[in-house]
Amino acid sequence: MLSQLGDEAKVLAGGQSLIPLMKLRFANPSHLVDLNFISGTSYIKEENNALRFGALTRHAEIEASPIAAKIPILHDCAAGIADVQVRNRGTIGGSLAEADPSGDWATVLITLPTEVRCLGRTGERSLPLSDFIKDAYTTTLANDELVREVVLKVPPKGSSGAYLAFKRSAPVYPTASAAVQLTMEGDICKDAAIALGCVGLTAIRAKEAEAALRGQLITDKTKSAAMEAARIAADPQTDMRGSADYKRTLVAALVKRAIDIAMRRAAGQQVEVSHIYA
Amino acid sequence: MPEAVENVTLQLTVNGKPRSLSVEPRVLLVELLREILDLTGTHVGCDTTYCGACTVLMNGAAVKSCTMFAVQAEGAEVLTVEGLEKDGELHPIQKAFGDSYGLQCGYCTPGLMLSTLQLLSKNKKPTENAIRKAIAGNTCRCTGYQNILKAIQLAAQNMDGA
Repeated sequence: MLSQLGDEAKVLAGGQSLIPLMKLRFANPSHLVDLNFISGTSYIKEENNALRFGALTRHAEIEASPIAAKIPILHDCAAGIADVQVRNRGTIGGSLAEADPSGDWATVLITLPTEVRCLGRTGERSLPLSDFIKDAYTTTLANDELVREVVLKVPPKGSSGAYLAFKRSAPVYPTASAAVQLTMEGDICKDAAIALGCVGLTAIRAKEAEAALRGQLITDKTKSAAMEAARIAADPQTDMRGSADYKRTLVAALVKRAIDIAMRRAAGQQVEVSHIYA
Repeated sequence: MPEAVENVTLQLTVNGKPRSLSVEPRVLLVELLREILDLTGTHVGCDTTYCGACTVLMNGAAVKSCTMFAVQAEGAEVLTVEGLEKDGELHPIQKAFGDSYGLQCGYCTPGLMLSTLQLLSKNKKPTENAIRKAIAGNTCRCTGYQNILKAIQLAAQNMDGA
């Protein structure tokens, strides 16, 4: 059907980004193909040490899922996206396929080994999330292709993470966000993945910030080095949410807080966090 | 210009009443409720998925009816503010908003009451934090949030005892 309708057609998942964009005439699709009535597209499964999310799984379903709660960074994200109403409709597959630079899921999921399984006319393909998102609002999906499933490997024992997003009020996109996933061995950080959201055309992996932590005892000094590296890795624009300078400072502070929470969680503590707003 | 599109038949339940309609596929759920079914208690505040004045329940879940097409409610049970009272008796949530002065101009109130209903149907004794989180998607431009909070606490008490 999509190949017949051509490249002006769009698929409609939760619609919480697309419908507002259509009202503003930023999107003007010739046809909309609603995926919401296709059964079997919303599920959360744990198999072979991996979690699988159907593309139309709603944020609220992930928020309420005991399986997803085993990876705290997923719950941080799902429980804080926009507001209750948007979480009841919005989907994980839609969020990734939309590739909004301020979307939450891409920032969280690039810190984990995440594959996006796409379904097209000629069959299925699976690719790493980092290859799936190419640019702002741009993915490698062909116009007759859909996201079918999001698959992520369960992080190893001793690994935990945190996602913090700062927003001006609940329903708006964050001003900046940071996802941190740490693998700890005692007090030593064996591995680190750090991603920054809303401060570039896509979510940014802050490789230098990760390097500042990897193999190190995490102290105030290593945290400061990671913050400085995150500040440099960010590439924000000045807009109504704040100046570029402000966003660099904000994202660095979020990285520090997320490191602290990830460490406490990796040590077995229960820490409840989510998006921060006034 | 997009070509004219034929109407689509739509069957759904609104406030307990089955409805069978023929609508343009582009009609939003809030437009169906207000303009076709004349249920004008559901309000349009921002029309940009921000304010939550258009909140209704669809199969028990709060949704922004300005951010859904009516045809997406096919087969669903939709509850609007008009469906809250029973046999001329106000719903305990409506009473609590009145008793606590939980409204000023009243524009956001229908949406807030439906967000409250979703919350209380899942969480009978919500903490203050849980209430704040549950209504974060409902903007009150009179900024009377303190009394709204009290109203929801009172509704929770009254409904829990019932």
